[in-house]
Amino acid sequence: MTTRTLHFKIYRYDPDQDRKPYLQDISVEVDSNDRKLLDALVKLKAKDDSIAFRRSCREGVCGSDAMNINGKNGLACLTDLASFPEGKPIVLRPLPGLPVIRDLIVDMTQFFKQYHSIKPYLINDDPPPERERLQSPEEREELNGLYECILCACCSTSCPSFWWNPDKFVGPAGLLAAYRFIADTRDQATNERLDNLEDPYRLFRCHTIMNCVDVCPKGLNPTKAIGKIKAMMVQRAI
Amino acid sequence: MVKRNLVGAHYGLKDWLAQRITAVIMASYTLIMALALLSGAGGSFERWRALMSAGPMRLATFVFIVSLCWHAWVGVRDIWMDYVKPTGLRLALHVLTLIALIGYAGWAMQILWRL
Repeated sequence: MTTRTLHFKIYRYDPDQDRKPYLQDISVEVDSNDRKLLDALVKLKAKDDSIAFRRSCREGVCGSDAMNINGKNGLACLTDLASFPEGKPIVLRPLPGLPVIRDLIVDMTQFFKQYHSIKPYLINDDPPPERERLQSPEEREELNGLYECILCACCSTSCPSFWWNPDKFVGPAGLLAAYRFIADTRDQATNERLDNLEDPYRLFRCHTIMNCVDVCPKGLNPTKAIGKIKAMMVQRAI
Repeated sequence: MVKRNLVGAHYGLKDWLAQRITAVIMASYTLIMALALLSGAGGSFERWRALMSAGPMRLATFVFIVSLCWHAWVGVRDIWMDYVKPTGLRLALHVLTLIALIGYAGWAMQILWRL
């Protein structure tokens, strides 16, 4: 079995012990069974169990192991080890813009606050029918590319508008979810949802720089969804 | 005053739309200007003055300057909103920006109508 040594620079910060964060140099042997960055991180954790990071499903569904990998946000469990160039250290930092709890673990409170602010659930006051609320295949089609979001926060934490105004700008993840319910024909709160976003901060801090699209590990396009929300607002206003 | 997170000023769409519309106007004016220059309107002072003092061109330049100032207002205000957090200071900067932009527009009109 061929082995290879990977060199890492990992952001370390334990607020109980460290006065300020630092980058730790550490290396680990991986073999051909280790395919993803998360595999290497698990081995690193066995070597130095003080390194803290979140992980759960290890297959890109839970969104726990989002981090900044060589300057770009992504999921460790979906990042191929083969994609890293030989000899160069892999630099791992926590997601930017959120408070660090420890090492690669960030406090996601603000992110989820914004997500909850768009009421991410179906609002329909009609009594539920016997079986289900029906949609045509075309109506259902519109939800593709929206419902798949795993809320890993890669997009929102790569967005400068979210860095400057995390308390006011909903961020790409929240806005993608907002459009998911605005676009849903079973939802009856479209107007209230648009009212909720018609503000210079909540939606219009998006200046379409598309960092969110660049990093989304699920290949989703929040910018497109944001554009559709803006188009609906224009349609409503004129 | 209690510290609450205040959002919900309903002018987001209006300003966003204004920025797009003024951008289209400015792009069109740039095109007109480029065509005029290519056809030799900038060759001498007399020809330049003839171009800029003609009625339709004066109207186009007027619309362009108003668009420019409006566009700049939305953009500069966005910068203040991102980086300046204290309300009093931000309001003062907004007012100064408005005064400067209105001043520039007036000054440009003066130059334009003096030709």
